[in-house]
Amino acid sequence: MSPNGYLMLSALLFAMGGFGLLKRRNPLVMLMCVELMLNAVNLTFVTFSRMLNDITGQVIVFFVLTVAAAEVVVGLAIIVAIARRRSGATADDISLLRG
Amino acid sequence: MILADLPGWFTLEFSVFFVAGLIVLGGAFAVISARNPVHAALGLVATLFGVAVLFLNQNAQLLAAVQVIVYTGAIVVLILFVLMLLGIDRDEDIYDEPLLGQRTFGVIIFGALFLIIFGLFTLSGTRIVTGQPNCVNGKVIEQGDPYAPSECVPVDPTIATNGDRANINQIGRTLFTDFAFAFEITAGLLTIAVVGAVVLARKSKDVQQIPPPEDMDYENLIGLDEESAH
Repeated sequence: MSPNGYLMLSALLFAMGGFGLLKRRNPLVMLMCVELMLNAVNLTFVTFSRMLNDITGQVIVFFVLTVAAAEVVVGLAIIVAIARRRSGATADDISLLRG
Repeated sequence: MILADLPGWFTLEFSVFFVAGLIVLGGAFAVISARNPVHAALGLVATLFGVAVLFLNQNAQLLAAVQVIVYTGAIVVLILFVLMLLGIDRDEDIYDEPLLGQRTFGVIIFGALFLIIFGLFTLSGTRIVTGQPNCVNGKVIEQGDPYAPSECVPVDPTIATNGDRANINQIGRTLFTDFAFAFEITAGLLTIAVVGAVVLARKSKDVQQIPPPEDMDYENLIGLDEESAH
């Protein structure tokens, strides 16, 4: 099977994640769309690693996974800190730098 | 029999890719279009499992296991914790957006990105992005079969390649020798993230609740009495 299928799928997944990031306003769903984009990039890296016969691509995916986990942790802490002050937070409310 | 009449491209890998690809795209569609954010989180779980199956399909066994354990088992669980703890899903039905045309902009930008990638790979073959791996003996990998065992001897023979050992062995050897510095920095990054999350989510002493906007007290406005209005 040619690797074009995997690359198309990850391009489509990236595009859907990016569009969802601009469409949704719930901050947790926006975080999930960022995770979609990161997964698309991981799939691309693994496909390239297989095409180039080099294991480096999979090692890079390791690091992307780790950074994504750290980013989700900090992002959730920020959302918790904001939502504690003001209930019913959407991304539009957070854009007003009040309080 | 019937199995002998299958066309050449219908291999096991293709059928697994097809089913897992459908799961991935279905989950992504659920993430971007579900009203209830818990449904979106479940769609994300489906996408992550589909991507793990696609990793397995390409002989990346360690990454498939790590994907399931870390992404599905920790990150989505954390998101669900915060979702159910705070319950921030009430205002999803507000249908005004401060940035005009943000959704149209999103469709245009990401649709164009996908079409560019699609056109790039369809018109010019897959090697246009990755290029050729560096080969010492000057051989190149033919356009026909990207996965054919090649006579290409890589430039740096200490970098492990697919097919030498098991997948975990290769990743371990590369990660702890060539990428040891990045590995240590990632450990520092995780520590910083944990400390930062604890500091951010800590309750401060006096949390002032933002009071809801009160209606204006029309009776007692300055300079407007019942007597002086006559």
